[in-house]
Parts: sequence; structure tokens; C-alpha cells
Amino acid sequence: MDLFYQLPLILQLLIKALIVVAVLMGFCLYGSLAERKVSAWIQGRPGPNRTAIPWIAAIPLLGRFLQRLGIFQPLADGGKFLLKEEPVPGHVNWFYFNLAPVLALIPALTTVTVVPFGEYIDAAGRSVPLILADLDLGILFIFAVSSIGVYSTILAGWSSNSRYPFLGGVRASAQLISYELAMSLAVLPLFLVVNGPGSEGSLSLIRVVQWQAGTCWFVFIAPVSAFVYLIALFAETNRLPFDMPEGEAELVGGFHTEYGAFKFGLLMTAEYAHLTVGSAVFTLLFLGGWNPFPGYTWGEAATWTGLALHSGLLGALLALGTFLLKTIVMIFIFMWVRCTLPRFRYDQVMRIGWRVLLPLALANLVVYAIGIAVLTQ
Amino acid sequence: MLARQSPCAIRYQRVHFCLLHSDFFLPFLMPATVKVLERRPLSFLQRTYLPGVLAGMRTTLRHMVAPKITMEYPEQRPPIPAGYRGVPTLVKDPHGREKCVSCQLCEFVCPPKAIRIAPGAVDASGPNAHVEKAPKEFEIDMLRCIYCGLCQEVCPEEAIWLQNLYSLSGRTRSDFVHNKAKLYELGGTLPDTHFKWDKKKAAEEAGNAH
Amino acid sequence: MSAFLFYLFATLTLGSALLVVLNRNAVSSAMSLFLAFIGMAGLFVLLEAYFLALQVMVYAGAVVVIFVFIVMLLDVDKLPRQRIDKLSKGAATIAFALMVTGVLWLFHKDQFTGPALPAEATGAVLKTYGRQLFTTYLLPMQVTGFLLLIAMIGVIVISKRTPAATAASGK
Repeated sequence: MDLFYQLPLILQLLIKALIVVAVLMGFCLYGSLAERKVSAWIQGRPGPNRTAIPWIAAIPLLGRFLQRLGIFQPLADGGKFLLKEEPVPGHVNWFYFNLAPVLALIPALTTVTVVPFGEYIDAAGRSVPLILADLDLGILFIFAVSSIGVYSTILAGWSSNSRYPFLGGVRASAQLISYELAMSLAVLPLFLVVNGPGSEGSLSLIRVVQWQAGTCWFVFIAPVSAFVYLIALFAETNRLPFDMPEGEAELVGGFHTEYGAFKFGLLMTAEYAHLTVGSAVFTLLFLGGWNPFPGYTWGEAATWTGLALHSGLLGALLALGTFLLKTIVMIFIFMWVRCTLPRFRYDQVMRIGWRVLLPLALANLVVYAIGIAVLTQ
Repeated sequence: MLARQSPCAIRYQRVHFCLLHSDFFLPFLMPATVKVLERRPLSFLQRTYLPGVLAGMRTTLRHMVAPKITMEYPEQRPPIPAGYRGVPTLVKDPHGREKCVSCQLCEFVCPPKAIRIAPGAVDASGPNAHVEKAPKEFEIDMLRCIYCGLCQEVCPEEAIWLQNLYSLSGRTRSDFVHNKAKLYELGGTLPDTHFKWDKKKAAEEAGNAH
Repeated sequence: MSAFLFYLFATLTLGSALLVVLNRNAVSSAMSLFLAFIGMAGLFVLLEAYFLALQVMVYAGAVVVIFVFIVMLLDVDKLPRQRIDKLSKGAATIAFALMVTGVLWLFHKDQFTGPALPAEATGAVLKTYGRQLFTTYLLPMQVTGFLLLIAMIGVIVISKRTPAATAASGK
């Protein structure tokens, strides 16, 4: 540990960033497996259960269990994406066609820098947040950067220079613009509450989590916000029932119809990265982040049990574990809904976005603003 | 028209499905009762779709924990019903003797002309010495076979059988042309109570050959 | 380091701004505009005006998407190359000359080396920034909002097909 702190600062940051990116990539990799497994289970199938690494699968009980769980499947998928021939159709705009998959990953990997994972009390009694960049404008940064993700979809659709991808790209851009409004408006009441009169203004996600630790989770305090935000999140991550950009039934594959091999793999990875980051942000905003229960923190658990549950390495691990568990539950809900609901028609998507969610979010904001003004008088 | 009916309108109507409007057929045809339900406007809660979504999610969750019904094929095999027409094979009688007498009826009846038989003489020293003929070579091209079962039906010796085998695989076209050895390997031995040729031989030896 | 980053972002901004004008392909122009916004956000970060930087990023993310969307729907590439008439050329030249003269005059008067901007203006302290927007700078903000509203209504009026116009175009 001391060795780590003796490294130059830039190296320390690089190592931290690499670890975070590795974990996120792991989520993307196993997100695809989870997607396949969950939909298989819901449809009464066992899902991928054949792939095996010979030496590991030979371990008596565990190897068989892991193989049945499909643990090795993402490795095989990744290997296939890497080794396949890269087809580039002759009719595409070469530059943007290659740019789009790269552009897909940038926002997903950038937003994760301002997502806090936990918090613990160090030896000196200070509260140390686990975060790459503790930005005061956290949520604004996430909104600004994640809105850039649409460029990948729209460029992929346009540069493919064929009908279905183009339609997918156009649909994606319109959908993302529509739901971004409702999404940011839904979050505003939270920050009105957190930055009530008398406190210093901040858009930091850590502040939101700390505020929730003191009172109650926002999903109970602002249920309408949580509802609007969740639906908008479905639309922003292009998940069913809002997967207009790639609706298989009507658009073949949507914006990535012309993509294959590793470029397709990159687009898929970006999709799961968006899903993971979206779930993490929802956890932070509405589900109390790394605190175990509503209105109950690991610090209180520590005073109750007499164990150091909130400090040192144990505290950091517990906070991280709680946070990841909640994020995984959110990801599961995304997949669960995907297997339950049919896709919306495009005009229905637009109607929900502009005529239901946006007025609802606006009314919600006004109600909370008036409520805060009345309560603090 | 339906909307003007009473609120809890469930009307029973007798509808006759008559091809001919004659009283003679009436008792033989099923009179069906049709429920006419009125469509009520959706309540506010229903219009948000949320109860429906939640009910759907409950259903999918129940399916998720329910036992899986997939048959994992290479390890688990589907039950083969009796009378299944699988790959045609040649069988031996319980004494291990060749049953086919190369009459070539199957070759003639085969619609896609998948069977080729080269008739030959019976091995005079073998157990089948009393039989008239035996196939020198017997080939079934499984890329032509349509599994119709006519060969089995036409065989006077019950020597060719379509058995349970349903999955064939091979790397070349010639892998799918089953020769005599392969056909006997797939066919094995089936129970037989007739022993037609034994009876003929016994009759011959008793002096009443026809 | 800081100077290097400044020149990097400044080059990026100016270079891609130039590309916006010079590109034949409308989508490439839009993408260059996006890059120019990114460069500008970088410059604001160097000034430690993180809030403004993020606002420019929001523009880059949201506004340009609308732009790209429109470009795609209009299919500008298929339009014949327009000849620019002499009046427009003359007006553009005069406007450009005026702007260059103005900037040079400002440099000459040494207007750019005043005291540093107060922290409130850069959005470093969010609360004071918001308070100023709604008190000191309320009128400019409202006027800007009103302008945007006018533009929006104008777009709706132009793009909406009246029955008469539809009949006139023979559809």
C-alpha cells in the first residue's frame, strides 16, 4: 500500500482509472452473459451452458457448476469478435463508419470517472470517498458527457449508407433528445432538496448520497422523480421497450446492421457500459448509494454492533459491495423488463416522452419547489 | 350498438352454424353460445399501464424460477414413438443370418431411387445355403432417401427396417452412402418368428417340396 | 503544461471552426462544429470555469444532434451547388472586414488584459452564479429566452404545411 503512494501522482491515477475501467469492462462482458441467462431463465431455457475452459471445467464440482452458469461464454464471445474477419461494406462512408464504434465507448468510459462507488473513514477519522474525480458538478457532467453517446448511434446509422441503419440512427437521435429533457428535469427536485436554503450549492453525487444517509432514500421522498428518471433511463440506454434504434422486427438490426466482428462488439460493449453506468447513477440518486438500508448507514451499524463496519479496508469493501449489489439488482430489473414488455411503436415513444413524461417532470419540479419554499419559510 | 346495452351485458345468443338451412341437419350441428362483452372505458390506473406492467413482470418472474423444460439434446434424447420411420437398415434374424434375398423389390419401389442392390449367389458353405439369392452389395444413398418406408412395406423377407436412428452426420457425400456392412451394423438383429426359409428347407428334406 | 494545453485546445477550436465553413459535406461540417465545441469546453476548463465548460459540452451533445438530425432529413448533399450572388459576397466581405477591424482595435486598446473574472461569473460557486442569473442578469437572460422562443415558433410556422401551400405545390 505504501509502495502505491510512493508512485508519481499521475501513475497512481492511471492505475486507479485502469482498475475502474477493468471493472466496468467486466460488467459489460458479463452483462451480455446475464442478459442471455436471464432471458433464458424467463423463457424456460437453461441458457448458455456449454463453453468450458478445459482445466477449470475439470475441477470436480465447481468447474461443472461454473460451466452450467456459462461463466466462460463471454470469453468465447470476445475471442470470436476478435478473430472474425472485419467486413466493411463497399457503400459506407469509411471514416465515420470506423469512427462510430470508437465514439460509442468514449462517453461510457468518461462518465464513470465522476461516479462514486463508496466511502469509508480512514485512520485519521476523515471520510474518504471512493471516486476517480470528485467533481462538484457530478450529475451535470454525467448528463453532458452521456448525451455525446448519441453521436455514435447517429453516425453509425448515417455512415452505413443503407436504409435500415439510417432509420435507426434518425430514430435514436430523436428519442434521445426527447428523453434527455425529462431525465434532467426529473433529477432537479432532488438537488433542490439537497441544496436547500442555507447550504452550499453542489451538484456532487456524493452529496446526494450523504443527504440520503441522513434521512431517507429519494425513491421514497421523490417517487415521481424516480419513476420518470427510470423510464427516461430505459429510453436513454436504448433498452426494451424503447429500443427504437435497433428494433429487430422492423429495422433488421437498426443502426448496427452493417457492422460485424469487433466493431459490432464495441457497439455492444458500449451499450452495456451505458446500462451499467445508468444503473449505478440511479442507485446513487434514488437508492441511497452505498448505504445498506433506508435511513441506516454502515456507520450506525458500526455503533450498533461494535464492529468497525464503516472504517478502514472493511468499511470500504462493505460500502463498495453494497453499492455494486444495488447496481446489479438495477441491471437485473432492466433485463427483467426487457423480457416482459413488447416494444413501443415509434409514435407512442414520442407521445410518452413529450406529452406524458415531460409535463409530469415539470409538474413534479414545481410541486417540490413550492413545497420546499413553504417548508423553509 | 354494443355500447348501448346494459352495463353488465353478457348476452347469450344461439348461433347456428348451418351449411344448409334445413331442419334436417340442425340436430347434428353444434349450437354455439357466444358471449358478447361490453368494452368498458379504462380507468385512470389502467391507462397508465402500470398495473399491467407489474402483473406481466410477476408472470415473467414466476417463469424465471419455474423448472426449465429444455431438453439438452446430445445427453437427453427425445422418446421415439412406436412406428417411427428413421434411417432404413438391414436386419439379421435371431440366428444371425442374413435375411435379405436381394429380390430388388425395394430397389424398384424406392421413389427417389436411393437403393442399389447387386444380387449375388449364396455362399454354399454358409448358414444361408438353402436360400436362393443374397445381395453381393446393398447401398442406400441417404442423401436421396426420403424416409417414406415403402422399402420396408414391400419387403417380403422383413429384412429392411426403418428404425429409431434419426440423426446422421458425415463429412463427405460418400459418408452418406451406406453400404451393406454399414446397413447391417445399424440394423442389428430383430426378433423373428417365421423362419420361412427354414420351414422350406425342412419341407424339402421331408420330401414335399413344391 | 497549461500553455501547451491552451494552444492545443485553441488550435482544435479554430481549426475545426474553419472546417465547419470549408467542408463540402454537411455532416462533416456538423462534426467539426462538435469538435469546435469540445475545444471551447477545454479552454473553459483551463480557465477553471468548469460550469461553463460543461454547459458548452451540453451544447455539443444536444444542439449539434438536432443539427445533424436536420441535415440528415434535408439530405443537403443532393442539393445542386448554389452560386453566390455579388450582393451576398460583398456583404460578407464587409462584415468580415468590420469584425477583423473591431478585434484588432480591441487588441490595440488592450482590452483583454483586465482583471481576472470574478469567481461568480465562471460558475465556480454555483449558488452565487444562479442568484446572479436571476437578479443582475435577469433581463439579458429573459431576452435570450424570448429570442429562442421566437426562433422556435418561426421554425414551426415555416415547417408546418398549410392546406393552401400543399395545394399550391401540387401534392
